[in-house]
This record gives sequence, structure tokens and C-alpha cells, in this order.
Amino acid sequence: MAIEVRIPTILRTYTDGAKAVDAKGATLQELIGDLEARHPGLQDRLIEQGALRRFVNVYLNDEDVRFLGGLETPVADGDTVTVLPAVAGGAR
Amino acid sequence: MLTISKELVDKIIEHARADHPDEACGVIAGPLGSDTPVRFVPMENAERSPTFYRFDSMEQLKVWREMDDRDEEPVVIYHSHTATEAYPSRTDISYASEPNAHYVLVSTREELRESVELRSYRIVDGVVTEEEVEIVPA
Repeated sequence: MAIEVRIPTILRTYTDGAKAVDAKGATLQELIGDLEARHPGLQDRLIEQGALRRFVNVYLNDEDVRFLGGLETPVADGDTVTVLPAVAGGAR
Repeated sequence: MLTISKELVDKIIEHARADHPDEACGVIAGPLGSDTPVRFVPMENAERSPTFYRFDSMEQLKVWREMDDRDEEPVVIYHSHTATEAYPSRTDISYASEPNAHYVLVSTREELRESVELRSYRIVDGVVTEEEVEIVPA
């Protein structure tokens, strides 16, 4: 079972420059674990203290996983997971 | 150096003024590798705050996909500071996530009165480098 994971520019150092990589898993958590095995270091950029990092957006197909089940969100063959760093900042 | 048309500069300033005192934010897309900002995309500040901005996550996905489909990239990422100078804050630096983008900041703080300060930076790995802005006729 393969799921396409789209990697943003800033994280492509972990994927040898690849814009998209395949990974496996039944949930987002498992998928990220599999990504980590293939591309060490990536998990740390997505997860902090057992939860998705606040300033990283992860989408399953067309939905932000925060509105689904977070790391517990089920994923399946043919799905696309997109990672986009949040664009954020401000005076304070 | 950032080279940008007068028309796009005016659009950024207009957006910043319209949303003042909240921070305004958006991107200007351009063809991949061209380093030329072309397509103005004002974004919703999901925080609607005078001191913080964050692109709405669903709007960001839509806009980033559009850029992908059109072989574009975010050449400029802009936002406004509404009470302080147009210099990247600690927050701006820690969340800067597009190493190829020009980060444009505008200040609409009151002591500037009718004028607006607009400056551009590269922010890579926590290091801020200010760059010259060349404004060219559209």
C-alpha cells in the first residue's frame, strides 16, 4: 500500500530533493514513522512531543488533518498527503 | 535584490492599509526560477490580529496547488507590521519557511503618517539579510 507524500522545498534536504515520496501506513502516525525510516530526520520536523507541530500544515487529500483526526487520521492506498509549512509571523 | 513593479508595490500597500490595524499578508507568485513576482494573491490573515498573521491553512493549500499547476513559486511573501518598523521580528524569523522567497515587510505605523515603509529580506536558517528593492514601472 503506497501513499504519496508531497514534500515542501524546505524539507527536501531529507528526501534528496524529491518533491514527492511514497510511504506506507494505516494512520498518519504510522505513515510518518515509515517516512522517518526512509528519510531520517523528517519525523522531527513534523511532530513535537507526540503531536503535529503547530506551524506545519498536513493535509490528507483536500482536508487539513487538524479537522480530521490529527495523527490518528486513517490513510489508505491512493491517498495523497501534502505537507506545507504554515506561513506565519508578526510583529510580536 | 528584489525587482518588483510599481503596480505590485501599490497593491501590497493598498492591502496593508485596508486591513490596518490588523496585519495584512499575501504572496506574489512568479514563474519557477524567474525570481520575478507577477501574480498578486492577497491572503486572509486567519489570526485577524494586529500583532500576528497566519495564512488560513485551506486557502494556503489551494493557492500552493494553483502555483504548482502553473509552474509558479511564491517569489514574494509579504505582510504588514501595523505599529512597529518593517523589520522581521523574532516570530517572523522562526517561522520563515520559504528559503527562496523575498520576505517583504511594510509598516503602516502611525508616525509615518501618509507614507508607508516597504523593505525586503531573505530569511534562511534563521539568518536575516536585508536586500535592495528596485521598483520598476509596470
